[in-house]
Parts: sequence; structure tokens; C-alpha cells
Amino acid sequence: MEFFSKADLIGTLPLLVVFGCSLLLLLLDALFKDAKKLVFSVGIIGMLTAIGCSLYTFPLSATAFSDMVLVGGYASFFNILFLTIGIIVFLLSYSYLEKQHYHLKEFYTLIVISISGMMLMASSADLIIIFLGIEIMSVCFYVLAGYKRIKVEGNEAALKYFLLGAFATGFLLYGIALIYGTMGTTNLIRISQNFDAFSHPLYLAGWGLLLIGFSFKIAAVPFHMWAPDVYEGSLTTVTALMSTGGKAAAFSSFILAFSIPLSMHNEKLMMVIAILSAASMLIGNVFGLAQKNIKRMLAYSSIAHAGYMLVGLASGTKLGMDGIIFYLISYSLTNLGAFGIISIFEKENGGNLSYEDYAGLGSRKPILAALLSLCMFSLVGIPPFAGFIGKYYLFASAVQSNLTWLAIIGVMTSLVSTYYYLRIVVYMYFRESQQSELIFVPSLALASVVLVSIGIFIFGIFPSLILNVIQNLL
Amino acid sequence: MLTYLLFSPFIGILLLFFINKEKLSLIKWIGVGTSLISFVISLALYFQFDAANTQMQFVQQVQWISALDISYYVGVDGLSILLIVLTTFLTPIALIGSWDSITVRLKEYVMFMLLLEVGMLGVFLSVDLFLFYVFWEAMLIPMYFIIGIWGGKEKIYAATKFFIYTMAGSLLMLIAILWLGYYASTLPDGMFTTNLQKLYAIAPSIPMNIQLWLFLAFALSFAIKVPLFPLHTWLPDAHVQAPTAGSVILAGVLLKMGTYGLLRFCLPLFPDASLQCASYISTLAVIGIVYGALVAMVQTDIKKLVAYSSVSHLGFVVLGIFSMTEEGIQGGIIQMINHGLSTGALFLLVGMIYDRRHTREISAYGGIAKQVPLFATFFLIVTFSSIGLPGLNGFVGEFLILFGSFQSRILGNYIYAIIAASGVIFAAVYMLWMYQRVFFGKLTNPENQSLTDLTKREIGVLIPLIIFIVWLGVYPKPFLNLSAETTKQLVKKIEQVKSGNVTLGQ
Repeated sequence: MEFFSKADLIGTLPLLVVFGCSLLLLLLDALFKDAKKLVFSVGIIGMLTAIGCSLYTFPLSATAFSDMVLVGGYASFFNILFLTIGIIVFLLSYSYLEKQHYHLKEFYTLIVISISGMMLMASSADLIIIFLGIEIMSVCFYVLAGYKRIKVEGNEAALKYFLLGAFATGFLLYGIALIYGTMGTTNLIRISQNFDAFSHPLYLAGWGLLLIGFSFKIAAVPFHMWAPDVYEGSLTTVTALMSTGGKAAAFSSFILAFSIPLSMHNEKLMMVIAILSAASMLIGNVFGLAQKNIKRMLAYSSIAHAGYMLVGLASGTKLGMDGIIFYLISYSLTNLGAFGIISIFEKENGGNLSYEDYAGLGSRKPILAALLSLCMFSLVGIPPFAGFIGKYYLFASAVQSNLTWLAIIGVMTSLVSTYYYLRIVVYMYFRESQQSELIFVPSLALASVVLVSIGIFIFGIFPSLILNVIQNLL
Repeated sequence: MLTYLLFSPFIGILLLFFINKEKLSLIKWIGVGTSLISFVISLALYFQFDAANTQMQFVQQVQWISALDISYYVGVDGLSILLIVLTTFLTPIALIGSWDSITVRLKEYVMFMLLLEVGMLGVFLSVDLFLFYVFWEAMLIPMYFIIGIWGGKEKIYAATKFFIYTMAGSLLMLIAILWLGYYASTLPDGMFTTNLQKLYAIAPSIPMNIQLWLFLAFALSFAIKVPLFPLHTWLPDAHVQAPTAGSVILAGVLLKMGTYGLLRFCLPLFPDASLQCASYISTLAVIGIVYGALVAMVQTDIKKLVAYSSVSHLGFVVLGIFSMTEEGIQGGIIQMINHGLSTGALFLLVGMIYDRRHTREISAYGGIAKQVPLFATFFLIVTFSSIGLPGLNGFVGEFLILFGSFQSRILGNYIYAIIAASGVIFAAVYMLWMYQRVFFGKLTNPENQSLTDLTKREIGVLIPLIIFIVWLGVYPKPFLNLSAETTKQLVKKIEQVKSGNVTLGQ
């Protein structure tokens, strides 16, 4: 009996390339002593190759390995997103790690492995694969979060993330077990299509536990407690990866698991997700107001943005799903830009992270300040930037599903968020600087930040470029 | 053609990217030159405009986001043509007016001014609600920076307040826009749309209870922008803190976006709700007229006085619009232009004297008419125009509005017109009293003895404004003709809805 066919291998080519690449990096790591540059460049080449493979598999639409893994379309699309995020994080990290004196080559290997986990999550056609993907990604994140290993914050971040994360994974696994116990299968499509047919309490409990697991990974209230500390304690480029790739991956499998049950307009499920969403928007944005550290502020902002994206999920419409995917792209670009610029400004030993340190940057570093303002305006959701189009889609989907109240909470909390996002702009442009130290701007990091900013702008003005692709995914 | 007009300021912005920020005069010339190009295009538009046609003219439509039927859809009609010309007219004036007063980050300043012009033109040109909203919001960014970087002492507070206030209104409007789009998709063969022409046909049939909410969401956003009492508190802060050119544009054009929005969206989209709310909004407008005038009277800062006078003047515009008579709406449109010209000129004049003395306190002046005769003359003409002296522009607008609201069957009460008319008297009181304290009497403050009169540049800036102030006052017909047909159409539509209501009620 054959376990897999040639088509399976071709379909999962991007995954295989990234897995292969990570193994290769491990080997290089062991063989050469001072191989930072080598590991860095091989990693980038590997990811670029995988993007190429994803483009190649994009037109396919099938499953591989006995209905375990999705091939093409949705999966390929997300693969490209994760790989792009990975490449940008690589580019940002090189000089940043040098500056922070944490430049170890395992860093790159860990990132590549975590990206393979994300890719697995977006291609899962089976609950087991979701679990596998989440674990691969999370274990890497636990290690990456503790990268500042001689610092208290680093250890705190890693430990907190690990303990809470392990709990959440436990919930997820328990949920999978209960669903399997009542349905007799772990196949996602079969389970979700029969969502309404079963009403066994254990079955529903299984879905509930699944929901908790995902909510933890996307940092939705009330499972958000880890985010601020972990975001603050990790290296900035790691935070960039967690807040973009990690969130996008969690949402990609969240959509896979929940979009079909939600499209059946199950009132109760819709309500539960709507409440999670409203709570995330409210708490994320209100707590964001009180922050003094920019990374912490962005952590609360990421909680709030999880809430915005849940609006689309709660609506259960296709418009909402398209909205989430678009939003994930715009949010990833924006956060990469913001964290990238923060990592450039950050001093050795993690200084320069409070609002006051950004005073007068508008005249000291005009380009970077302009780009950071652009990111902030996009996060607020002001046209003509990508963030606005995303919000427009999500709120439109809410109105369509009779969730106008959720859309109103959404816009009201956006208003609250305006204040703290603009605070950075206020400090950069309207206040004078007390510092006169030179800021070194590494060219790789600058290039990647400029690139994502162009992306934010282009997707804001010509959203159809990507929306037309997204429409045909689900 | 409209696209050229809309994006013509970008030529200047692109050029500025490649210019060294040390070349100050080149930067200024590029700014002025570009805005003049836009002005010339808008003049061409003005002369080709067909006033007898009530449809959108010069339309251009390009599909933008097909899934939600969003398109780049621009056009001009009688309601917007004058405002477009006003925008392109005031931008170069504001730029020349602040020729010497901006000393830091000049390049960014000019870029933001041009960006602002794009935003304002976009608002007046859009015939798609989504496109309109994009420009409406995008325009906040340059204005925010103009107040925040080049503003006065309290600039951060003023800029943030301006931004958040305006955001607050427009976000609810966003929900209303979404709801309209969604409503369109629930109709048979309908689909989600933000196309204004399609919505004009659909929206009036929305059930009353929902229509009221939508109307309120739109109206709130516009009322904040106007600003209608009691949502006006951002205005004095923003005006006083903004640099001169910022105030000119803010008063001259930005406030008109609110009244324009009421006229373009609220009345035709939600006629039922408008009829029902007309008396409430008119009441607020009348309170604004009197309140603005009374508060202006007790100001000690000239700029703040002018800012509060805006609250009063814009109250007239809103009253005219919600009288829903031809005269009232026509008067409202012409009053928007008048206010843009005379308040713009007032802010320029205040800016000029501020550049010389660095104070705007009325008590710091007195008796300077002898010292600066030209300045005093210009100031007097503009003051009269602002008061509404017959023969100058202010009179035409205020008269039409009062006439309209007096005979309005929708308001159905003379009291609005009577109280509003008292606003004209108050205006005379606060403006003339201020004029008297600044220019007449004995020259007591020795610092004023070294005041210099207007320079040629400053005279050059003021002359075109004065020409229009007189022209509109003496012979307003060509301007009124432009909006006549479109207004008639709009009033007819509302009358129909009203009579329809009556038959339903019986």
C-alpha cells in the first residue's frame, strides 16, 4: 500500500522546501563555527524558493496525504504571507541582533522552523495537523521569547508564554479529543459540515475548548494576559514575528475550523465570538491608552486588532472572511513596519522605548518618522492606507449580518485608539528632542521598512490587486 | 478633466521631493505655481460648466473595488462648482499670505498645504460615498500636521482635539455608509453599493425609523465640521492655534465641507428624516448664530473673535439649508462662498498684524489707523463684508437666508428668521466695536508707533479677495445662476416627499 503519491509531494512542495531548509540550517549550524552570514543567506534563499513553490502550487486546489493537508489556493496564499513575513524579519534582525549582542545563528533556524509550523497551520485539513502546526510554531516562539536569556524580562516572557501557552494547547488538544470522541473523525471538513447535526454536550464542549485554544493564540480577551509581557520582554524583531506571523497563522486555522459552522448562522456561536470580539476591542484599546512603553502599547493594540478581525469571523459571511484575510495582510505589513522602525531606534540593552524618546524624531530622522506615522495612521484606519480598507470590509460584514452594534463598538474603540497611536506622531513631530545622539540606520532594515510601507500604501489605494485574489480563496 | 484638477497639486508635491529644503524661495514658488495651475484648471471648469443642467457634469467613473461596487466616480454640479473654485482660489492666496511667516520646515509645509488641497477638492468632487469618505478622512492628516507643527503655544492640544472631534463624527458616518450599502444589497436585484447616484434613487424609500438614525449619523459628522452649536468647541482652539494659512483654509473651505455634506447627502438621501429634523436643527443653528455672536463680543483676542464669528455665520448657512426653500438654500450656498472670502480675508489681515507685533490682543492696539492707513482701509472693507453691509457680499447671502427661512413652510414659524436677524445686529456690534478699539482712538501703546503698513505682496493677496467681495455684493446673479437649477431640483424633490407624506398621513 502506498502511503503517498507523487501529487502529494508536489502539492506540499513549499512545506517540504521549508522543512528541508530548516534541517539544512541546523546542519550548517553544527558544521561551521562562524556561519551567521551563511545561515542568514541560506535561510533567505530557502524562503524565496518556497515562495516560488507556493506560486507554483497556487492554482492547485486539492488535499494531500489522505485529506490531511490542504494544497494550493488558501494554503499557498498564506504560505506566501508567512514567508514574506519571515524574510522581512530576517532582514530586520541581522543588524538588530548585532546591536543587542544576541547575534547567534540558531535564531534564524528557529524562525524558519516556526514558519514551517505556521504554514502547516494554514494548510490543515485535519485537527491533528492544526495541533502539529501550532506546536511547531509555539515551541519555537517559547525559545525565541526567552532570547534575552540574561535579562529578567526575557525569562519572564518565556516562562509566562510557555506556561500559559502549554495550558492553551492543552485545552485545544482536549477539545480535539472530545470532538473525535463524539464524531469519530478528526477530518475538519466532515466535522464542520455536520456542526449542526450533533448536539451532544461533549461535542459542544469540544468546540468550546477549541475556541479557547484559538482565542489564546490570537490574544483575544479574556485570553490575552500573556501578550503585553511577552511582547515587551522579547527582542523587538521576535515581537514583530509573533504579532504578525503568529497571529496570521492562528487566524488562518481559526478560519479553517470555524468558517463553515459560522456560515450556518448559528446564533449562539455567533454571539460568543461577537462578545469575544467586543471585549478585545474595548479592553485592548482602553488599556492601550495607559501605556508608556511603545512595545507594550503595540501589544494592547494587537489585542484590539484581534478583536477587529473577530468581527469578520462573527459575521460568518464571505465578506467577513475576505475582510479578515485582507486585514491580516495589512496588519502584518503595518506591524512589521512599526516594529522594524522601533528596532532601528532601540538602543543597546533595550533603551529608547518610551514615548519621550521619540521626541523630535521628525526632524532628526525624517524618513523613518514619516514611515512610522504612516504605520500609525494605517493602524488607526485612516484612508488612504491599507488598514482602512480592512476595517471597511470587516465592519461592512458586521452590518450585513445584523451585528451593527458590533460595528459601532468597533468604530468607537477605533476612536479611542486614535489617541494613543497619534501620541507617537505628536512626540515625533510636535515636540523638540532632548537627545542628540546619532542613530545608525542599517540599510537592510531600512530597505525592508520602506518596502512594507510601500505595500501599505499600494494596498490602501489599489486594494483590488489583492482583494480579487482573496475572493477566490475560500 | 476633473482628475487633472484633483491631482494637479501632486505635481508640486512630486517636484518638492527632489528639491533641497534650503532653497526656500524656489519651494514657495513651486507651491504657489502648482496651486495656480489648479486654479486655472478650475476656472476652465467654471466657464465650461452648464448651469441649466442639473445632472453631474464632467463625470468620470472607474471601477475601484468591484466586490463592493466602489468606484472612482467624480463629477460637478451646481452645488459644488463654486466651492471648487473657492478652494483653488484660496489655496494660492493662503500660500502667498504666509510667505514670510513660516520659517521652519517650509518644504513640508508647502507639501501639506498641497496635500490638503487634494483632499478638499476630492471631498467636493466625489460622487461615491466611499471615495468621499476617503478624502474626508485623508484630509485630516495634513491639517493635523499644519496645526501641530506650525501652530501656536497650545498646538498639540488643538491639533489632537481637532483630529479626535472630527474622527468621532466621521466614524459614525462610516457605519451609516455601510448600512446604506447593505440596504442596497437587500433590495431585489440589488448589490452592495456606495454609488451616490444609485443611492439617491434607493435611499429615500428607507423606512422612517432607520432613516432617522442614518440621517443623524451623517448629520452629526457634518455638524461637527460646520460646527453647529453645541459641537463647536474644537473650532476656537484649532483656529487660534493654527498658522494663518491654516486658519484661512480651515475657515474658508474646511467648514464648508460640513454644510456641503448636509446639502449633498443629508437632504437628498434622507428627505423624510430631514423634514422631521428641520426644526430641531434650525433651532440649533439659530442658537449658534446668537451664541457665536455673543461669545465673539467678549473676546479679547482678535483671532478668537473671528473664530466665534464663524460659528455665527455658519449658523446662517445651516438655517438657510434647513429652511428648504430655494432662496434659503441658494443663500446658504452663496453665504458659504462669502464666508470663505471675508473670513479668509479677516484671518489673513489678523495674520499680517500678528507677524508685525506678535500679539493678537485687542488691548495691545488702539489708534493704529493713522499709522497703517492701508491696512485699516482693507480691514474696514472686510469688516463691513462680514457684517453684511448692503453692497458687499455678506448682505446677499444673509438676506436670502433670512428671506428663505421667513417664508419657509417647513419651518413654519417666523421666529427663526426674527432671532437670526438679531445675529446680524450683534455682528455689527462685535465687529465694529473691535474695529474701533483696534484702529481708532489715541495711539497709546508706544510699540505700535513703529508699525509698518502693508507690503506690495500683502496688498496683492488682499486685492483679489476684495474684488470678489464687492463683485458678489453688487452683482451676484452669475454666481447664483450656477446653483439655481440644481437647487430647484432639490427643493422640488423635497416638496414631493413632503406632499407624499401628507397623503400617506391622511
